[in-house]
Order: sequence, then C-alpha cells, then structure tokens
Amino acid sequence: MTQFLSLFNNAIVFGTVILFGALGEIITEKSGNLNLGVPGIMFLGGIAGLATAFFYEMHAANPIGFVSLLLSFIAAFLAAALGGLIYSFLTISLRANQNVTGLTLTIFGSGLANLYGGSLNKMAGGVGQISVGLTSKAYRAYIPALANLGAVGKALFSYGFMAYLAIILAILASWFLNKSRVGLNLRAVGESPATADAAGINVTKYKYLATCIGAGVSGLGGLYYSMDYIKGTWTTDGTIEALGWLAVALVIFATWKPARAIWAAYLFGILYWAYNYIGGLTRASIELFKMLPYVVTIIVLIVVSLRHSKDSQPPASLGLSYFREER
Amino acid sequence: MAEEYAVRMVNITKAFGTKVIANDRVHLDLKKGEILSLLGENGSGKTTLMNMLSGIYFPDSGQIFVDGQEVTIASPHDAFELGIGMVHQHFKLVDVLTAAENIELGLPGKAVVDRKAIAAKIQEICDRYGFVIDPNKKVYDMSVSEKQTLEIVKTLYRGANVLILDEPTAVLTPQETERLFAVMRNMKADGKSIIIITHKLHEVLEISDRVAVLRKGEYVGDMLTAEADAQKLTDMMVGRAVSLNIERTEPKNTVERLRIRNLTVKDIDGVTRLDDINLDVYGGEILGIAGISGCGQKELLEAIAGLQVTEPGSSVRYFPEGQETDEGEELLGRNPRSIADMGVRLAFVPEDRLGMGLVGSMDLTDNMMLKRYREGRGFFADRKPPHKLAEEVVKSLEVVTPSIETPVRRLSGGNVQKVLVGREIAMQPTVLMSAYAVRGLDINTSYTIYRLLNEQKQKGAAVVYVGEDLDVLLELCDRIAVLCAGRLNDIVDARTTTKEQVGYLMTYLKAPQGKEAQA
Amino acid sequence: MTHSHEPLIHIAKRDGIVWWKGWLIRIAGVVLALIVSALFIYGLTKLNPVKVYGAMWQGAFGTSKRTWVTIRDMLMLLCIGVGLAPAFAMRFWNIGAEGQILMGGCATAAVMLYGGATMPTWLLLVLGFVVSLIAGAVWGLIPAIFKARWNTNETLFTLMMNYLAIQITSFLVAKWENPYGSNTVGIINKSTQAGWFPAIFGQQYMLNVIIVLAVTILMFLYLRYSKQGYEIAVVGESENTARYAGISVKKVIIRTMAISGAICGLSGFVAVSGASHTISTSTAGGRGFTAIIVAWMAKFNTFVMILIALLLVFLEKGAQQIASQFRLNDYASNVVMGIILFFLLGSEFFINYSVHFRHHGKEVSQA
Repeated sequence: MTQFLSLFNNAIVFGTVILFGALGEIITEKSGNLNLGVPGIMFLGGIAGLATAFFYEMHAANPIGFVSLLLSFIAAFLAAALGGLIYSFLTISLRANQNVTGLTLTIFGSGLANLYGGSLNKMAGGVGQISVGLTSKAYRAYIPALANLGAVGKALFSYGFMAYLAIILAILASWFLNKSRVGLNLRAVGESPATADAAGINVTKYKYLATCIGAGVSGLGGLYYSMDYIKGTWTTDGTIEALGWLAVALVIFATWKPARAIWAAYLFGILYWAYNYIGGLTRASIELFKMLPYVVTIIVLIVVSLRHSKDSQPPASLGLSYFREER
Repeated sequence: MAEEYAVRMVNITKAFGTKVIANDRVHLDLKKGEILSLLGENGSGKTTLMNMLSGIYFPDSGQIFVDGQEVTIASPHDAFELGIGMVHQHFKLVDVLTAAENIELGLPGKAVVDRKAIAAKIQEICDRYGFVIDPNKKVYDMSVSEKQTLEIVKTLYRGANVLILDEPTAVLTPQETERLFAVMRNMKADGKSIIIITHKLHEVLEISDRVAVLRKGEYVGDMLTAEADAQKLTDMMVGRAVSLNIERTEPKNTVERLRIRNLTVKDIDGVTRLDDINLDVYGGEILGIAGISGCGQKELLEAIAGLQVTEPGSSVRYFPEGQETDEGEELLGRNPRSIADMGVRLAFVPEDRLGMGLVGSMDLTDNMMLKRYREGRGFFADRKPPHKLAEEVVKSLEVVTPSIETPVRRLSGGNVQKVLVGREIAMQPTVLMSAYAVRGLDINTSYTIYRLLNEQKQKGAAVVYVGEDLDVLLELCDRIAVLCAGRLNDIVDARTTTKEQVGYLMTYLKAPQGKEAQA
Repeated sequence: MTHSHEPLIHIAKRDGIVWWKGWLIRIAGVVLALIVSALFIYGLTKLNPVKVYGAMWQGAFGTSKRTWVTIRDMLMLLCIGVGLAPAFAMRFWNIGAEGQILMGGCATAAVMLYGGATMPTWLLLVLGFVVSLIAGAVWGLIPAIFKARWNTNETLFTLMMNYLAIQITSFLVAKWENPYGSNTVGIINKSTQAGWFPAIFGQQYMLNVIIVLAVTILMFLYLRYSKQGYEIAVVGESENTARYAGISVKKVIIRTMAISGAICGLSGFVAVSGASHTISTSTAGGRGFTAIIVAWMAKFNTFVMILIALLLVFLEKGAQQIASQFRLNDYASNVVMGIILFFLLGSEFFINYSVHFRHHGKEVSQA
C-alpha cells in the first residue's frame, strides 16, 4: 500500500510537468502550429522562474516566499511566451518551416537555460549548487490538515498548488475549445485556415496568440520541474528535454483533447516510475522500462492512423503555413 | 435618392505574378434586388473578380462601391461587414465541426456559444427561404448539396444582402438545382441581390435578370436576360459565333480495344462512384464521355489506367493489336507500370495536369522521362532521349518556353497542356484517354488539341475524350457515352444526337430494370 | 461602415530569384546573426565584440589539432545531413536522425566490445560499417513502413523513435559500463585501439574525411542522376504523379528511408569508431536535430551542406572557446547556433517572397 501510494505520488508529480507542457502544445497545435520547440520553451520557463526567484532571494532584504512565487511564476510564463513569439514570428509572419523552427527553438532554449543555469552560482559569486529554498517551499506548500488524512490525504492533497493548477487549466482548456466562441474559432483556424479566414477570423492573430499563450503554459511545466520536482535547483542533465518530448508525445496520446491529457499524463508518470516498484530489475533493464511512455505513444499514433476516426485526428492544417493569396 | 446599385466595381485590375493578368480594368454593376449572371468560359477571370469582392484577393487597382460609397475590402471580414457573402466552389467549411458551429464561426457575440439560440435562428432562416438543415450534423457526414445549403444559410445568417454563388449547380442534381433556384427566387423577393457565376447558358436564361460577360479577364458587356438568347450570349462569351468546324473523319478499321464489364468503384468512404459500367472502346474512333462534373468520369479513366481500386467482379479487357483473341487481357488489378510492361501503350492526359500528369518543379526534359525513366540499362537515368523528345515537342507543337530547362510550372496553361499531350502522343498509343483536355485553353490551342486527337484516331488509336462542352463533344466524337451519377445512362451517336438529348441524359437517370428514377 | 485600412504591406510569392541575389540575402542574414551573437556574447562577457570573433576563430582553427577537431565535427554533421537529404527530398520528415545515429553507434560499439579481443581492426571496421548501416536502416524503416502502409504521421513517429533509441543506449551503457559504477562505457579498447579508425598519412581523422566525402559525393550523384533519385523527386513533388508514372510510392518511401536511416547509422559508426571511441546517450548530442536544419537550409544539395555545416561547427567551437575563457559552460554555443539559425530561417522568406509597401496618397471619400 505504501509502495502504491508512493508510486501514485511520483506519478502525479511527474505527470504535472508534462501535463503543463502538453496543454500548452495542444493549444498551440489547435491553431495549426506544430511547435517542436516545447523542450526549449520548458527550459526557458524553468530558468526564468529559477533566476527570478534566485535574484529576489539574494537581493531582497526580507524575502517573502509568496512574493517570490508570484514573481517567478510571471517571469516563467513571460519568458516561455517570448520563445513562442520568436517561433510565431518566424513561422507565421516569415513562413519559415515549422519543424525546423521548432527544433531550432529547442536548441536555443536549452542552450540559454543551461548557460544561465550553470552560471548562476558563479554570478552569485559562490560555488556549489544554487538553491532557492524559500521559493521552492512556497511552491510545494500544501494544507497539512488535508494531507494528513491518511492514505487518501497523502494521495490527493500532498502536492504544491501547481499540480492542481494543471488540472484546472486542462479542464478550462477543454471547456474553452469546445464551448467558447474563441475556442471554436481557434479550432477552425487549425483545421482550415482558409475557411476561418473566409469567415472573417483573423488567422494571423489567432495563430500568434495561441502559440504564445500555449508556449507560456508549456513553460509552466519547466517552472514546476525546477521549483517542485527538483526542489528549486538546476541540473544540466537534459531531463527537461526528455520531459519536453514526452509532453509532445502526450499531445498525441491524448489525441489533442485536454481533458484526456489529465489521466494520460499520470499514466505516463506511472509507466515511467513503474520500474521502481517491480522487483528484480537491474540498473540496465530499468532503462528499457523508461521506454514505455514512448512505446504506448507510438501505438496510439498507429491506432489513430488505422482507425480513420475523424474526431481523433490531428488538426488538419497542422504543420502548414497559411498564405491567403497562394495560387 | 435611394441608391440603385448594391455593388459597383470600377476599373478593377488584378495580376498574379508578372505573367498572368486575371482581371484587366473590369467593370461590374449589381442592382439591388436582381439576380445577375456572371458568364464566361473557364479562366475568364470570373472567380478572381468575385474573390476581390469577398475579400479573398485584393485588387491591384480600381474602385469598389457598395451602396454608393467607395469601400476597401481587405479581408473577408470587411466583406461580411458590408453585407457581402460568397459561396465558393470549393466549400469553405470545417469538416469536424457541426453545421451550427460552421455558421457561427468568426461571428462576434457572447463568450460562450449558445447553441440553442443559434439553432433557433438557423431554423428561422430555413423557414423563410425554404432550406432544410440539421444544425447538429457534422460536415463530414453531409452530402455535397447539404454542404452547399449550409454555405448559403451561413452567408444569410451573417446578414448578407449581396450573395455571390460560384458555379453552384456544377455539383447538383437537376432536382437539387431546381430547389436552389426556388430558394434564390425567394431571396430575390426578399430584396437580396445575387450574383451567380456559371457557364451553363440555360441556367443563365432561366434564373437571372441580367447577364454580364467576361472574356479572358476583360469585361465584354452586359444585357438583360429578357433580350438575350443562347446565341447572343455565346457570341459575347467566345467573341465570335461558335461554328466549331472541328474536322471529323469517318471511323475506319475500327477494332475492339477495351471491353469494360461490370465496372464498379467505391471511394474511401464506401460511396459508389461508378456503378456497373459496361462499355466497349474501339480503335479508330473517338469516344466521348459526357456528364456533369463528378459523375464518375475521373474514376472511369483512372480505373482503366490502373490508378483506381475497383470492386470485385469488375473487368476491363484489353485486345492487343494484330492478335485475334476473344478473351483479351485483364487490365484491372494492375498498376500503371505493369500495364506498360504488358506492352499496352496506354496514354492518359489527366484532368489535373500539374498535380498528376506532370511534375511542376521539373524541367521539360525531366517531365518527358516521367513514364520512361526506367528505360535503358543501369542504375543511372539516361537523359539524352527525353531531352531530344522535349526539343521535338517544343518544335512540333510550338510550345512557348524560355528553354528546355524551364520548370513546367512557369509555363502558361496552354503550353503546359501541349507538353503533356506531346509526351503522351509520343508513345504512339493504342489507347489515348484525355480528361478535360481543353479546359482553360485558348481557342487556338484547343484546336491544336482536337487536331492531335483526330490524328491519333486516324492512326488507329482508341481515343477517349472526357469533355464538358457539349458542342465540342458533338462535333469531335463519334460516339458519346453519357454518365449520370456514376451510371452509364446511354451511349449515343454523336452525328445524329442533339445537344438537348445529351443534356437530358446527363441530368435524368433512366430507370434501370424497373427501379424508380433517381438522380 | 467605415472603411478599413488598405493592407500596408503586400506580399507576393516570387516566380524565382537569381541565384546570386538569393545568396546575398542569406549572407546578409548570417552577418546580422553574427552581430546579434556578438552583442549577446558581449552582454555575457563584456568582451570587445570584434575581439569575440577573433577568439572564436582561435577556438575553431587556432591550432592544427583544433582545426582537425573542427573538421571532424563538421564531417559528422555533414554525414547526418547527407543521410537526411533523400528523406527530405521526398518530403518525408525524418526527425529521427538522433535515434538512427545512436543505433548505428551502439551497433559499432558492440562490434568493438565483443570482437575487440579476437578480430583484427580491418575486420572490426568492416563489420562496424555494415552493422551500423543495418541498425540505422532498421530504425528508419519502422516509421517508413507505417507511413507507407497507413499514412501514420512520420514527424511524430520518428521523433518518438529517438527516445526508444536513447533508452536502448542507456540500457547498453549500463550493461557495458566500465569501470563498474561509473555509468559510462569508458574508452573502448583503450590499450589495443582495436576497431579504431587508423591514422592515414599521419592524420587521425583522415578516414573520417574519406568516408564522409565519399558518401556526400555518392549521395549527390544518386539524387541527381540515378533512376531512384528521380523517383524520390517525383514522390516528393506529388504522390499522384508518382502513381500515374507507375512508381510504387510505398516502395520508394520504404527504400528511401532505409537509405536515409542507414547513412545516419553510418555517422554513428564514424562517431564511435572514428572519434569518441565510446558510446553514450550524448554520442548523437543533438546533432541529429541540428543536421535537420542543415539539410533543410541546403535544399537537399549535399555540397551546400558542407558550407552550412562548417559555419555551424565554427560557431560551436568558437563559442566553446569563449565559454571556457570566461568559465561559462559549453551551452553558450547552442545559444549562438540558435541565433544564427533563426536568422537563416528568416532570410529564406525574403528569398521566396517579395515584399512591396503600398503608398496611396488618396483620401477615401466619405459620403
């Protein structure tokens, strides 16, 4: 039981990181933009949040956890959205190829984040691991009364606020895409920009906004990773990149449906951590176990292409730029 | 004073790239409460002109007045604000959304989509003009006619006072066309102004109050429908009286070349596209295929060419030259390559020239080798023979091109077609199939194509000509097979049949085996 | 209704552009990127921006050894780019080079590890060459088969295949780990140098040069002059045309991806046998992704790839030099590379489209 509980805990924390990444990417892809820069964007969000908290804790006379949380949260969102803006300008205004631009953004984002992540401590004039303990603590705060309600409390209420924020965002996104006017227009842009254009929707504006806001949301995944998952530190081991690609995988697995991404994210978490709870594995075979999320994604990808179900296909114009006078 | 004109377009010019001038100082007036036919051959610039009115394109120069005020229509949104709505030939609908969602798309309103209110408003419009529509049906489940209805309702829902319909009847059955016309009359009675783009004269005469004619991107003139007749309109459209005078020789030495039996084709969604076709094709004659577009012409040619999956029981047998067999050889179940490997010289000029017959980004030489690049031993392709062929085609068919090394995409439509036909004829075909071979071509090039087809007929090839212009079909072909909704309605003698008879066969499916007629 | 404004900028697709104008635009893009990169580095280091590039030149070509390392890394990038060229010419988005390289590298490392003690180096090299080709080809084939048969999205499929390869590599690294507990494989056959590329004319990396240049030239000939290259071009342009011409689209997709994957696998062989002599998840090190950009920018022309690969590796090495001088980490090079690629991508727009500014003095009349 404790074992299962700890697997459950790990899966939720892991799932939250990629849920943010995937939610942002779903919003982006619904506009027809396949942004393969998700890992780069998560890097940008992660480092911006961390650096902001770091400088605040260092320079403020009496740093307050909540203030630092707020500042770093905003910084992470903005930095990631800025990454999305670069991508948008190149692919929408300059009609650069989406795949290539996204990959470049991943290279750029990981470079920038790791450069600063590796240099923050030097900038601070000290050696050793950087740590923003105060801020991280604020991010990981939970209500003890609830978390202490035995196994249920531990399972459901022992996480920092961002784990719940991710679920709320997913439900909001689902509602937004299916019920709201703007969401309806956004889906039309991703399915058929020419139709949306003819219906009087400003395709360029929608693509820009969806991509930038989507990037901002994806960036929160990076923030959650650095603040909660690794408790307010930075490592340059490339985990964020792996998680970023997993977020892209999750988008496929959830067949572009935000509500479905919720449980799918935790399923990925369970698959990823399952090796810890299966006895008799060697250090080598653990690595094979970590393949599982990708394997199931490939299976979903194949099944979707086999089934021809019109409602679980990628947005029809995904990956293509739109030019009204193309002829 | 009340403004008489709903829309005036003055001196509109639009060019694509440096070569193609789609509209050259065009005028167009639309009065309030009238139905105006915009008439012109394919490629005369009708759609381009209307796209500028609906904000898809932006004119290079010229002025547009709506309700007497000069306006700038920079986007579809602007057009819709001005009360102009257009139903495009290729519907602009989102497949995965419902009818109601498509209608509501892009409109201002409350943050949450109120489906009930929308459905009610749709119903109101339907009741007023006589439409039938299910707001909750997804577009991918709709028939073509339903989609068109949806498009029209969509523009009305948006408060359009000026409605532009781009070739609306091309995809409709006669009954559906009648229904459309009835609805159009209702809308006119309600004070709406309508522009209908078409090249079907009888429809022009039936539905419109006035006709405006475009020819090769230029405005020719207009006349009241009451004063017009088919001859006058054709003269305006083509520029001179159509006495086609296509040379036609009596077929001689005709031999059976293809025997098509029980040919049935279903598309990916399981819809029957060709239904039990039985047809014989003879060498030494031109067999015309007539029908409203999308009635199975494409599927028929592609099935013969090995490009179409057919239903079990279908058969297309080929009888080689100089061999006396009753059986022939089966073509179905083979791909184009294995048909060629059998020694069947099957030439095919498809409808989609740059998307199927040629490779747009490649030069003339590389396009000449498309079907014969495998020739010659070895791993590398021999470009000398195709280069020579390209030079020959350019010379003999007077292809206008900067050089042999020019990508064919940069050539004009007529020259593209000459390259394609030139290549296909160079293989000395025993069967030559062409789909809409003169669509979008000027008169001279069209006659070049007719001449080439006739030459092939005299050489003994079995020529299959899928066409849309009935005058051409009747003057060029020996027999005409008329398709209607995927079925072979009749085969008629082109020399004795009248245009009306073919037109009738195209639109009214004969009842087979006592079943009731369906369209 | 008030009138809305006329679009200020009018964009039109070009029919074509004179080649030198295209290159002028690209060079302008590179120059702009270099200026922005210099500003970035200046911001980090306060080093005189002009001196920055002097230092970068030192980093890339300062000594003979550095020059050779630069060439070696350029060759690696080039080899992957060449591998991607046929897939891209077919408009098949092979994002899976990273995984194909790793599979080739793992296969090579296996040969070196298991055959090192018993086989002569020439045999190890031949074996490594062959198995790396096969391993890469298999990794390319799997998504290709699904694409050909069921039109499964290849961009996403190949992307996922990368991570299968990375985990397999991690698995093998843990299995082959040496010394125990280090979590690395260490230098394979360090004492015997069995299975290492031998020095030719006294140059350690000469064999890399020979192999990669040979592949580059062969691929150029293959794509431009062979029948199969012609088929690839037709399929890339239009599958309908290909079917019309009697080309089996499925066969071409599968065959081409086998070739593409095989050459990417071969770069794994070159990386392991010819450079690092070890295997880890960073053997590919993101080059599979960078090479996608190289291949795309070069419009599948393998000789243009040499130029672009050289530019990128020069920047990488230069930035690393700057970083180490200022005790920053190597990731500075990724930032500079990202900047330069952004500008190159942006410059393509001005090659493909012409931009006109409208100017109308006329007032729109209001009634």
